Amino acid sequence: MAANRDPGQPDDGTAASRLGLFLFWIYVALYGGFMALVLVRPDLLSRRPFGGVNLAILYGMGLIVAAFVLAVVYMLLRAGRREGPRS
Amino acid sequence: MIHQTSLVAVAIFAAFVLGVLGLSFWLGRKGQSAAGYYAAHGQIHWFVNGIAFAGDYLSAASFLGICGMIAFSGYDGFLYSIGFLAGWIVSLFVIAEPIKALGKFTFADALDSRFNSRGIKLAVAISTLVVSIFYLIPQMVGAGSLIKPLLGLAHEAGVILVGVTVTLIVVTAGMVSTTWVQFIKGSLLVFFCGVLTALILGRGLAVNAGREGAENLAPQVRTVKPDGSVLVDGQPQSKDHDLRPVGTILRLPERYGAARSTGPLGPLAYLAALEDSTVVTWAPKKHADTDGVHAIFSPVEKRGSDLLKPGGSFKGLTTGKLADRLDFASLMLALFCGTASLPHILIRYYTVKDAAAARKSTVVGIAAIGVFYVLTLFLGLGAMTSGALDPTDTNMAAPLLAKTFSDTLFAVISAIAFTTVLGTVSGLIMAGSGAVAHDLAENVFGMRMTDHEKIRVGKLAAVGLGIVAMALGILFRNFNVSFLVGWAFNIAASANLPALVMLLFWPRTTRQGIIAAVTAGMLSSLGWILLSADTFEKVYGLPRDHALTPFSQPGIVTIPLGFVVLVVVSLLTPPAAASSTPRR
Repeated sequence: MAANRDPGQPDDGTAASRLGLFLFWIYVALYGGFMALVLVRPDLLSRRPFGGVNLAILYGMGLIVAAFVLAVVYMLLRAGRREGPRS
Repeated sequence: MIHQTSLVAVAIFAAFVLGVLGLSFWLGRKGQSAAGYYAAHGQIHWFVNGIAFAGDYLSAASFLGICGMIAFSGYDGFLYSIGFLAGWIVSLFVIAEPIKALGKFTFADALDSRFNSRGIKLAVAISTLVVSIFYLIPQMVGAGSLIKPLLGLAHEAGVILVGVTVTLIVVTAGMVSTTWVQFIKGSLLVFFCGVLTALILGRGLAVNAGREGAENLAPQVRTVKPDGSVLVDGQPQSKDHDLRPVGTILRLPERYGAARSTGPLGPLAYLAALEDSTVVTWAPKKHADTDGVHAIFSPVEKRGSDLLKPGGSFKGLTTGKLADRLDFASLMLALFCGTASLPHILIRYYTVKDAAAARKSTVVGIAAIGVFYVLTLFLGLGAMTSGALDPTDTNMAAPLLAKTFSDTLFAVISAIAFTTVLGTVSGLIMAGSGAVAHDLAENVFGMRMTDHEKIRVGKLAAVGLGIVAMALGILFRNFNVSFLVGWAFNIAASANLPALVMLLFWPRTTRQGIIAAVTAGMLSSLGWILLSADTFEKVYGLPRDHALTPFSQPGIVTIPLGFVVLVVVSLLTPPAAASSTPRR
């Protein structure tokens, strides 16, 4: 699904929108998976898969780190593209 | 507890206030245009704007509220951090660039970009004001609540001090001064939370917070008599006879043997050691009789592993009831969807020059806010085991934790707590000022104004909103307002997000659909909240089971409702091409 844009926007508008939405849905899956675990299988969050720290903390921290990583990926992938006059 | 006033805290806060006021007057000395007042001419550097995002977004609820919740309830406070940060993903990937491209000064500009409709501007301006006021109340009450223990002044003094300072910041140079205050606040907040976290890890964990012997685990009773006087364990409260500070480690993990302290720990080792430790928390129980209201604080031994998993605070994670689970899911949905719908956040996108700068500033904002939320976990856990918690006041957790390191750090953290209020309130007043002057006066009521008059009306609106904020902060002083931030997120997400998303991604969206979605989302979420169990109990003082809604957080119902209303109304009304003629 591409953003509903005005004429005269840069050529990469649709591609950028698709990229943004693709990364958005990745994060929604991560966030939704976490909420599902919290609500449905909280016992799994008590397990300690790494460093003696439980999954609740690792997953929570992971969501914060994932937000930053996806944001940087988006910024880097957009950096090389043409920016048109949009405002 | 009676807290000693810190003169250093007063001095640091006074220096900060005078500093930002001086900066604001200096920035406002030049002649201004409407574009400068409302959007800083779109010339703010993306990095500055990114840190200002953090300064705008990280309110007292984030700093003091989350630290306190983690300190007293464990992991559940961190769930707020996760939800608050996740909302920025919606901002970056869905909203940031289009909102910059479509708007000029306010959120209403963007929503109305294709239609030029007074109805849209009116609906969005009202929604902006409702969300901003819901967000303003807890900030102002928070300022009043903090000023007494931290600076020794009356509640009203705190509210007026913050209100006057913020109004001056906004009217001197509008968005320019607001941005710089938020930049300074955001920088200080993240930096000093980092310092505090380093100190926590450097100290490690210690039995009884490093004090000799075992902790006194006798229950404590605080009584507020009908005449307002306070007793502690049956004797009048005084500096010499007060509640004992709480929050300690009872036992360290077996691997530390007979040692009473772990010594310095890395971040993961700190969390792992805490999981294997036994912590003493203090649970309050209240009852009232003819002698007054009694709060009994009793020690409870808890395993660290239980404190570091979900379920310490949210009923939805422990009772197993469907309604409680939906309430929790609804809150987390509102946090996810609400950030990208908050007017005071959205207007920051107009302060940078183009879509690329909007994108980059959001990434910087995510980095700063993400780091802050990771730090809050350590601050909260550090406070939980610091032996310094005030059992009657969760908001004091972070400043009291700082006091265990040094009085100077306590003073700095206390002053920063106030700056969190200044930064957020200035953004809210700026958003409200734009809604009144630009959306309502100019675009809805059709007042023809010169550039100079637009600024004057905006400043008058800011003064009016500042007075309203101060009045509400004093009026609601005894009111439990912490949940109002959650309400603001719910209303923002329900009223604004469906319209914004569908405008961007569904060409069939009509102006009637947008007006209907904003109105339905705002009224349904507001109505749901007013009829909910939380409001019945905390606002009306009525039993929870008298409530008319099955759970308190409306988002899981009212956000989809906004989308449905928009789609149905749009399909029932004729599609319209972009128009340049104002319509109702």
